[in-house]
Amino acid sequence: MAAPLLIGAGAGFSGDRVDAAGPVVRTLAARRMPACLIYETLAERTLALAQLARRSDPEAGYEPLLPDLLAPVLGECLEHGIRIVSNFGAANPPAAARRILALARELGLRAPRIAIVRGDDLSSPAHRAMLREAIGPRLDEIEVASANAYIGAEPIAAALAAGAEIVVAGRVADPSLAVGPAMAHHGWRADDWTRLARATMAGHLLECGAQVTGGYFADPGMKDVPDVHEPGFPIAQVAEDGSCEVFKADHTGGCVTLRTVKEQLLYEVHDPAAYLTPDVIADIAEAEVSEVAPDRVRLAGVRGHPRPDRLKVNVCFEDGWLAEGEISYAGRGAEARARLAGDIVRRRLAGMLDVRIDLIGCVSVFADDAGRMKERIEPGDARDVRMRAAARHADRRVAERLAREVTALYTCGPAGGGGVRTSVRARLDTLSCFVPREAVPTSFEMAA
Amino acid sequence: MSAATRAVPLYRLAHGRTGDKGNRSNVSVIAYRPGDFALLVAQVTEARVAEAFAHRRPSQVRRYLLPKLHAMNFVIDDVLDGGVNGSLNLDSHGKSLAFLLLDMTIEVPTLEEK
Repeated sequence: MAAPLLIGAGAGFSGDRVDAAGPVVRTLAARRMPACLIYETLAERTLALAQLARRSDPEAGYEPLLPDLLAPVLGECLEHGIRIVSNFGAANPPAAARRILALARELGLRAPRIAIVRGDDLSSPAHRAMLREAIGPRLDEIEVASANAYIGAEPIAAALAAGAEIVVAGRVADPSLAVGPAMAHHGWRADDWTRLARATMAGHLLECGAQVTGGYFADPGMKDVPDVHEPGFPIAQVAEDGSCEVFKADHTGGCVTLRTVKEQLLYEVHDPAAYLTPDVIADIAEAEVSEVAPDRVRLAGVRGHPRPDRLKVNVCFEDGWLAEGEISYAGRGAEARARLAGDIVRRRLAGMLDVRIDLIGCVSVFADDAGRMKERIEPGDARDVRMRAAARHADRRVAERLAREVTALYTCGPAGGGGVRTSVRARLDTLSCFVPREAVPTSFEMAA
Repeated sequence: MSAATRAVPLYRLAHGRTGDKGNRSNVSVIAYRPGDFALLVAQVTEARVAEAFAHRRPSQVRRYLLPKLHAMNFVIDDVLDGGVNGSLNLDSHGKSLAFLLLDMTIEVPTLEEK
């Protein structure tokens, strides 16, 4: 039976800590076992922004933090045979591969063997008819910024089997970043549903980085986390049967407990019996977790069902402008003054913009755009309240009116308002659809 | 229920995390103590969760039970004002919503305290 594979997580989203991977790689190297490192850095919005960046610069469009993420660990990974797999190629995997080669030169390292995964990008005119069929006439009304299929682990596994040391992908499904290395290492078939499902859930536990090791978990007095300022990032040990144990980098803070694992296991899951990925339908309805050692949790009982026939596609498009403005009120009468400020902005913009008003410090993020929750809450006497107004409009100049009305509260609004901040930003929106798997061929090629 | 009960915030009995996909939110509710799971199953119902989110006009609330994890998963449709890219909410992902759900009150029997 093949030795288990260690899969470490170096990042859980675009914008994650760039010092997280160092302790993970040192731990992987110290274990002297087959190992790889994955970085998950793509969200719906990230990819659309990357696509727009590539349009203005053909060498842009990959994860902007790529050199910062890789520089601290690239040498150690190459030295210890730790393969790197990531979706940090975003909208431009070939440019990301060139940047990695340049980084290796800057660091005085040998050139790594880099594979580029292809097939997820459906934004070219050749795919227009397929998207039109999947989305319908709505597609004709929008200016597509990006269109990407969520592709699976197979091209990653094939690239690793062909000797790639670094695999640069765009929109692969997050858990597939872990499934690919496990497939390649253990030699699993692409229809070994049980094993693929187990590795998928290992990948799911890893894909958000510290979210399984005490990040996004602490609630003082209820759920305390040791050294919460530096949670170690997670590592999964994936056995030949696909089952896994999750632990964290050595000499770090954070924790891996039944509670942290359960929270992450159910994160962004809908029907637990049918967690859909391009690789498999994973079923965690009967899953169990057990603590096998301090900060080490075993996941068992995951089942697998044949993968979906269709792949999910996200189409991002620019959709007008979002304007926001905020102003603070403090002391006696602060809440009443903040409420009055909101009323003033709304009345000034009546008939022009549908304005959402939040009273930060009283009622904001739990509330709804229509203001139903705010209406329900009796005015109180909060002493430190920030009024936030937000609206969207297709025309930038109209959206900007909101920012100007909030700014004008300085001299025309209620007494004592301060700290105005405003912003007007382009909005991106997303449509999702499904396309036949056969219509999205995937492949890899080695970077020159 | 004839025995005396007292009202306890769900927050004291369970923890949870919110996830989002498009305009759909999911919230896990995980019992701190396995012994409380049955109580949660009885009281944290789809109807009560729909009520907690009523101001966001959920089109559907579904509950999935994971007894081996002493957990349940709520899938709440159309409560994100269009989702991460469409909402005017500061928290456009709805990441804070687990704590809205955990605000719910649970009636705990007082006579059989552990």
